[in-house]
Amino acid sequence: MDTTARILAFITNRFPQAEITDTEDIFSLGYINSLFAMELVMHIEKEFTVTIPNDELRIDNFRTAKAMTELVDGLRSAVVR
Amino acid sequence: MTQQLAPTLDRAYARSFVDSEIRPEADAWDRAGAIPEELLDRIADAGLWAPFLPVEIGGSGIGMVTLGEIHEEVGRGCSSVRSLLTVHTMLSWALQRFGTAAQIQQWGPALATGRTLGAFCLSEPGAGSDTAAITTTAVPHKGGWLLNGLKKWTTNGQRADLFLVFAKGPASTIALLVPSTAPGVLVNPIDDMLGTRSSMLAEIAFSDVELGPEALLGPSGFASGMVLTGTLDLGRYSVAAGSVGIIQACIDACSAYAAERRVGGTALRDLPLIQAKLSDMVTDVRAARLLLAEAGRLKDRGDAATIMATWIAKYFASTAAARHASEAVQVHGANGCSPEFPVGRFYRDAKVMEIIEGSTEIQRMTIAAEAYRKWEP
Repeated sequence: MDTTARILAFITNRFPQAEITDTEDIFSLGYINSLFAMELVMHIEKEFTVTIPNDELRIDNFRTAKAMTELVDGLRSAVVR
Repeated sequence: MTQQLAPTLDRAYARSFVDSEIRPEADAWDRAGAIPEELLDRIADAGLWAPFLPVEIGGSGIGMVTLGEIHEEVGRGCSSVRSLLTVHTMLSWALQRFGTAAQIQQWGPALATGRTLGAFCLSEPGAGSDTAAITTTAVPHKGGWLLNGLKKWTTNGQRADLFLVFAKGPASTIALLVPSTAPGVLVNPIDDMLGTRSSMLAEIAFSDVELGPEALLGPSGFASGMVLTGTLDLGRYSVAAGSVGIIQACIDACSAYAAERRVGGTALRDLPLIQAKLSDMVTDVRAARLLLAEAGRLKDRGDAATIMATWIAKYFASTAAARHASEAVQVHGANGCSPEFPVGRFYRDAKVMEIIEGSTEIQRMTIAAEAYRKWEP
């Protein structure tokens, strides 16, 4: 499973009723709260073995699965360099 | 020359410390309404203030499962002392998780040793569980922040050196590190509470407190709520651990009392209704301990499922503690209502566990939402 699919799988596992695409704004679903935001960040850090610095904890980085994928890819490439 | 080895910080170490330094004095501290400074120093000497912090900044790098066991042992001895550890843990964890390198360098080592004690300022006269209702404000000011507001029920507010203050920022709730010595900070002790009477509660007024930009802890945008969520999660974990400790203390007190006390020539321990109470205590303490350990294991793995596991552990342990502390007083009869036995303290302290770090009602709403989310048809 690629990065985007793994992120989507986590979101739909938590919200089985959600039918979202990789470019859909998850905040438009109406039930994202700080508890899920914390879970989402913890999951991404564990799943992809990255640490998300404070300055990357911006809403635009988490709005869509595609944006989260780009964040993960960026953090991973920074680690590799 | 002999080299002294650092002790292993684990349950056995904490149990020994609690039995020698805390349990014998806990009732006296409860009556006095304060924890003596010497005990705070001994906790520091024992390395128990924030042992989960990394070794690089002066901690011992222990895992969350072990931290839970230590907080359980301290909670078995004295819930007020455990509550001081809880709020110190919350601030120290938030610093480690969200602090900049400069913030960690400034505060981390002193928090690790306990030279600086932390406290957590969220509740206000008009806002408890309803965190959206807080009215304390932090507005941009001279490149930093201007803090105004009134916080209430701040555990260790009378003694803490550094406050983690949650305030309404320009866009959302933000967290600020505020030294207790900052001009404009006024601490008013709150005495004579029902439970955790020696936790040195305070009401803290912030009047035009000027802070530099480095006071902001963590992000200020959408993720700022995560600082609060994560900090409360650690607080809930510690309260769950303390609640397990209260149940264990009830078992210890009741089994000792029931072995001595006789009714109509029969030891209390041989009466079936007393046995029923003890058996429920023993069963629930094991269940609560397992829930706590599971939450701790998930934390140690960085697994997001720890958030809900911690809610559930706290809900189960705190309600069980309140139930069993009430039964512990019942087992002791009139003696349980007197200051000669500790179960009255357990009873009052256990009630507090059902209210702090998310009331039982909030716990139920959150856990039910999890059920609906997972099992919606």
